[in-house]
Amino acid sequence: MLRIDRRLLTNLDWTLISLVLAVTLIGIMSIYSATRPLPGATQTTYHIKQAYWLCVGLVVMVGMLSINYKWLQQAAPWLYWGGVVLLIAVMVAGRKGMGAQRWLSIGPVSFQPSELFKLSFIIFLARQLSMESSEMSLGRVVKLFVMYAMLPMAVILKQPDLGTALVVFAMFGALVFTKGVGRRAVALALLIALVSVPFVGSVMWDELKPYQKKRITAFINPEADPEGISYHVQQSKVAVGSGGFIGKGYMKGTQGPFRFLPERHTDFVFSVFAEEWGFLGGLTLAALYILIILRGIDIARKSKDEFGRLTALGVVYMLTMYCFVNMGMTMGIVPVVGIPLPFMSYGGTALVANFMALGLLVNIRARRFELFY
Amino acid sequence: MTSQEEFDSRLRVISVIVGLAFLVLLARMWQLQIISGAQYKRQAFENRLRNEKITSPRGIIYDRNGKPLVKNAPYYYVAVQPEMVSLVDVRAVADFLVMDPVELSRMLAAAKNPIDPVKVKGGLTFDQVAFIESRISEYPYLMIDAEQTRYYPNGPVGAHLIGYLGKLNPQQVSRPEHHDVPSGAFVGQWGVEKLFDTQLRGTAGNRIIEVDALGRRLSVYREESPEKGEDIHLSIDLALQQTAEDAFANKVGALVAIRPSTGELLALVSKPSFDPNLFSRGIDYDEWVRLSTGENYPMLNRALQSQYPPGSTFKIATAMAALETKACTPSTTHFCGGALSKGRWRFRCWKRAGHGSVDMHDAIVQSCDVYFYQTGEDTGIDNIAKYARMMGLGAESGLRVVSEKSGLIPDTEWKKRTKGEPWYPGETFNAAIGQGFILTTPAQLAEMAATVANGGRRMHITLLRIDDESALEPEVDLALDPLTIKTLKDALRGVVAENKGTGGYARSKIVDIAGKTGTAQVITQREGDLQKDTPAHLRDHAWFVSFAPVDNPEIAVAVLVEHGGHGGESAAPIARRAIETYMTGLAERAGNAQN
Repeated sequence: MLRIDRRLLTNLDWTLISLVLAVTLIGIMSIYSATRPLPGATQTTYHIKQAYWLCVGLVVMVGMLSINYKWLQQAAPWLYWGGVVLLIAVMVAGRKGMGAQRWLSIGPVSFQPSELFKLSFIIFLARQLSMESSEMSLGRVVKLFVMYAMLPMAVILKQPDLGTALVVFAMFGALVFTKGVGRRAVALALLIALVSVPFVGSVMWDELKPYQKKRITAFINPEADPEGISYHVQQSKVAVGSGGFIGKGYMKGTQGPFRFLPERHTDFVFSVFAEEWGFLGGLTLAALYILIILRGIDIARKSKDEFGRLTALGVVYMLTMYCFVNMGMTMGIVPVVGIPLPFMSYGGTALVANFMALGLLVNIRARRFELFY
Repeated sequence: MTSQEEFDSRLRVISVIVGLAFLVLLARMWQLQIISGAQYKRQAFENRLRNEKITSPRGIIYDRNGKPLVKNAPYYYVAVQPEMVSLVDVRAVADFLVMDPVELSRMLAAAKNPIDPVKVKGGLTFDQVAFIESRISEYPYLMIDAEQTRYYPNGPVGAHLIGYLGKLNPQQVSRPEHHDVPSGAFVGQWGVEKLFDTQLRGTAGNRIIEVDALGRRLSVYREESPEKGEDIHLSIDLALQQTAEDAFANKVGALVAIRPSTGELLALVSKPSFDPNLFSRGIDYDEWVRLSTGENYPMLNRALQSQYPPGSTFKIATAMAALETKACTPSTTHFCGGALSKGRWRFRCWKRAGHGSVDMHDAIVQSCDVYFYQTGEDTGIDNIAKYARMMGLGAESGLRVVSEKSGLIPDTEWKKRTKGEPWYPGETFNAAIGQGFILTTPAQLAEMAATVANGGRRMHITLLRIDDESALEPEVDLALDPLTIKTLKDALRGVVAENKGTGGYARSKIVDIAGKTGTAQVITQREGDLQKDTPAHLRDHAWFVSFAPVDNPEIAVAVLVEHGGHGGESAAPIARRAIETYMTGLAERAGNAQN
């Protein structure tokens, strides 16, 4: 199984890998700028840690490439349930950080199981869906939801991590829709959704933690400014907006390092980037992401089996959603939920998980000519 | 499995959706960076600027001789930017500042935004400031700053008059007169500090500073200087006030001293007093409860808020009314055998054996009750009330330092109105000697003394120093017959100077003092009971009203000692000490002026 073939090497999608590496390096540069110290203070090491995680990610990616993704299809249930177990472990024995219980510590290393889970969820769901008929009824969809999506969503919500839970939900919906749902089912689903939104909304509202409520309130009405949530967003908008057309120049952003922008090396790293590189920089970065995602779609199109297609699309959906929500959040068009920007935001687990996803994509593309291995 | 074309078309749809999503993002970018770019650039710049209100130095309150009664002292505190501390150990900071880490965390969590510094520890001594400053490079997010705080160097002396400061309470914040007060600033909440707060406060200034991310000041961008508060010159004499407070020692009571010719308040004492410094940084709730409900109620301004029967001091009013209405003359005599019988009642004189045959002079000097029962009956309560009121009794003094009691001077109309009964003759007897319904505050009796001292011209009482005395007009001119004045003054001098006088304890070697003793009954004494045999809390209140020097008086003083027993013993010596101090001070200043 672990054969590194010369054929494999030539079939690797170097374009995609280069695009991702480019974004990651831009990310490291932005992290460095965002965390540069003021005169008198010492430099933090986030950018170095991110580079370290990049190396880990590359190793993991290579590992991902070496296996036949068909094997993943068979291993999918283990991955899924393993992921769920880890999520439950976080709930029970997790480490708190930033007011949320998202981390697990094993020895000196801590990681975020929810970041890894999103990948195993994609793989597993792709596997299950590939075994379904092409026009699923609404009932079937609901059954799938209850069986596979509800439990992890609930556990993730408990952390609390509203953002990731919503992403899981959205990915479920997108993949199901991609797979094929009867038109009747779609119409019915939409109707039910519309009708139940107020009810579900009010139930969910009560379940939300106060700070989550405040985030939504702040989004709807920034003037109310509950406890400075809109302060973060306002600062972020100022950072982005003050970049202008060509930006203030690398390392010349004032909003970030001067600490007016909180979370500047994690969730709000895009603000730092946009402030320093302006609209042109933002356009370039968006182009890079679009190219990565379109490449992913192309890989899905050329994939020889449904599992591969769905997996690739799952990754595509995930990346798109994360990009849209994160960048939208920093610009104030999406409520603040803790979603990192793929390959850019500082975060070891997320980076490694995304490189695994990259590896998966490259893997699928590399073996597109093989029917059975 | 779906057909390839179907799948392809679906993929195309997905591509379009992805494209649209990014288009939305780019459109938003365009909006923020290009369309509103200039505005955000400005805001980014402004984020580096911080607005600070600069409190103006509060005006100083001086006594009449230019001695300061208050000081503005520097108050050092250390502040932390809340956002900073998330990067470090709260415990370490708490240890360094010698604080409870839980308390520190709470203060930081309560911060309104992560940037503005939160004061965490105040009242630092020089040593503490030096210690923190020397290690500030290890804790760069700490900053030491100073603000002005009010300090009362004389502690409780004059506290009831000077007052204290406090932060604005929620109701006050919205009042128009407080619009320019920086939040968290201290304003006058009591006494002179409150009465003249607008002048003392001045106008706050404004400073816009450029800061770095740690909130440290880089430069001053723009500054509007504050306007210093106006100084206030009170008419109080600090030396007199201090002596008077000392003279009370542990006794409870009040003293009010007035300058008869101008109505200037020279001293206002209420004992027990309190330390206004307790309020300067915001008083503890428990401390406040202790003060306001504590033993003998230190927060009560007995000079203006406590009313007592004036006792024999009121005979001055009775005598004045009698003489002016010609109900009797100075030489009218009555016989006092120790009691006066009216119908089936006996009205006793305090001296069981009686005073014998006395004229008005003697009656005042020896404080004969029987004489005044008779005189009062001859004059009538309405006349007595009239002259009492003209001298300022029965109404608030108008100092407005606190809410005052107005006392009570009864007359027939009052009785009818409030009790629905006619005035009974026996009640005149009581009234004539200052008992019964009559209630006065120490301030009012001081006004009475000052009016007599000033020849029957009552001046408007004021606590501000009067610099131009030429234009002063009396509030009320009683237009007394000069003989009345002379009779009263001679008699009052006799009270102190003559051997039979009740005010012998006020006799002074250095100045001629005139006065009248009084005893306000708390309970009815049994015949023959001595004050010293009565438990302290049931003893009568002691009064002494006085002025000096008798010719051309400079000062009029009223003293009340709660449960002091006889006025002559406990109240008179206090008045004497006060007067002597004041007169000595006057002489010194006059001597210095001549040199």
